Amino acid sequence: MTSSSQKVEKGSSLWRDAWHRLGRNKAAMASFWVVIIITLLCFLGPAVLPLPSPSVIDLDHPAGSPSAAHWFGTDYLGRDLFARVLYGGRVSLLVGFVATSVAVLIGLTYGAISGYIGGKVDDVLMRGVDILFALPFLVLVILFSMVVDEPASTFTEWVIRTTGWNRDDVAPVTTLIPLFIAIGAIGWLTIARIVRAQVMTYKKQEFVEAARSLGLGNGRILFRHILPNVIGPVIVYTTLAVPGIMLLESVLSFLGLGVKPPNSSWGILIKEGADRMETNPLLLFFPSLFFSTTLFALNFLGDGLRDALDPRSSKD
Amino acid sequence: MLRIILSRLGQGVITLLVLVTLTFFLVRLMPGNPYTEEKALPAHIKERQMEQGGLDKPAPVQFAIYLKNVAKGDLGELYRKPGVEVSEIIRQAFPVSAWLGVLSIGIAILIGLPAGVIAAVKKNGPLDYACLAAAMTGICLPSFVIGPLLAVSAGLGLSFIHVAGWNSPADWILPAVTLGMVNAAYIARLTRGGMLDVLNQDYIRTARAKGVPESRIIIRHALRGGLIPAIAFVGPAFAGMISGSFVIETIFQVPGMGQHFINATTDREYSLLQGLVLFYGFLIIAANLISDLAQIALNPRLRGA
Repeated sequence: MTSSSQKVEKGSSLWRDAWHRLGRNKAAMASFWVVIIITLLCFLGPAVLPLPSPSVIDLDHPAGSPSAAHWFGTDYLGRDLFARVLYGGRVSLLVGFVATSVAVLIGLTYGAISGYIGGKVDDVLMRGVDILFALPFLVLVILFSMVVDEPASTFTEWVIRTTGWNRDDVAPVTTLIPLFIAIGAIGWLTIARIVRAQVMTYKKQEFVEAARSLGLGNGRILFRHILPNVIGPVIVYTTLAVPGIMLLESVLSFLGLGVKPPNSSWGILIKEGADRMETNPLLLFFPSLFFSTTLFALNFLGDGLRDALDPRSSKD
Repeated sequence: MLRIILSRLGQGVITLLVLVTLTFFLVRLMPGNPYTEEKALPAHIKERQMEQGGLDKPAPVQFAIYLKNVAKGDLGELYRKPGVEVSEIIRQAFPVSAWLGVLSIGIAILIGLPAGVIAAVKKNGPLDYACLAAAMTGICLPSFVIGPLLAVSAGLGLSFIHVAGWNSPADWILPAVTLGMVNAAYIARLTRGGMLDVLNQDYIRTARAKGVPESRIIIRHALRGGLIPAIAFVGPAFAGMISGSFVIETIFQVPGMGQHFINATTDREYSLLQGLVLFYGFLIIAANLISDLAQIALNPRLRGA
């Protein structure tokens, strides 16, 4: 018995196949690394690089050109643009990923329950989704985020009081809670439909019947045996949903209804840049560059993941 | 056909009812009320105001009154400016938003459709990649980046194009093009996917085998089926444009419904908010119905269902 024959016997899992297919897709792999690099830059960059704080106002050097001290130049208040772009990126990425996770979590649970129980319950639950689908999404997100605004600031105060943390560390995250909740509460519909359809097909298959004949409970069958099969489409959809939600955050911030100054996000920086693009186009250029590159990469990565995880659906 | 329409209408009524209820209570859960002012007014004046607006009654009672009025077609008046009808505001702002929507969807179809078809026909060629890259750029660049960029480049060379306002046809160009570009990108991607699907079908191969010229195959045989995904998108997109053109209306100062909505949220004008959301919901349902009917007309296989 040589080691090579053992290697032959070892089958390759769906995940290994998918990873392999993804690896051959150059655009998707490049996008994957772009997302990783930008994320690391935004979250670790300020700690590693010799950057000034993004909120330090230097009125002696307003609207400065890029230099050794300020790589991207400074804005109209003399704040370092590179630092602002990185800190803004934290917020944009955080909103994108956390709000999507909230939406996916709700949609996954709702769709799984609806699909698994089936029958009348499924009819009622899915009719509910149909109705919510026809509602004006952006409008409801706006109204909803205003409703949760006040409880969120109460929560901020409570966190500061009970933990004694610095307000500057707490507030940038907790003021985003209304966005997380509002987008998550309304953005879960598509994922619910996808998961339901998947669960419906899997629950009729033999391995589920086998699990049932072994006497396993419904919860265990659903979570241990059916849901792992659904993960593929969910990952694909999540990757494609993140850029959409980041765009939504930027729209809300642009309208003055999302992230509010002094906190910043890429959306806010782009708005500030657009307001002053005739005097200093770099203020628009750098935030837009980071924002669009990230969205670009996430979209390509999502397309690549779909081709890798669901070869049937890729037509080209 | 009639059954489909009737069941859709029934579902539409339920949807609107849910929407009205949701908005009514969401709006009242927001901090403050229409009479919240910067300067503090004496308590008795505040009470008078609340009484006049009917806001002193319990919320369920207010809701019952509101529903009864809406059923009669009365959307109420502004709280801050009594006498100004919500329906009158919508009557003035809707044509502006709708015209902007029509223009931009026209531009989107004019650019997106040919681009998608060309990309599909020249699959994996340089033209295909160029179209895909352009479409991806349109999807990834927010409209508030495209808008100012267009405004500056137009302002440099084409001085007859106006950057703000809504008084003459020259004012229409920038907002409509900006809004149209984003949607052209989606339409191009959907058309490409739909066409690729259709071009692989047997009946296309049959047509080729018969010796039908390629241009005729694409226009007469493939386009009909290949357009279905794009048609499915255009209906909801049109409604989305009217309700989602907040950004465009803000950038170019277009006096449409989006502006009223944004102002109403900050002013807490309950009646205007409720009226606008109800109207948006109505538009979306109507657009979905029309796009469903168009899909049935294009795809005979859907007719039996």
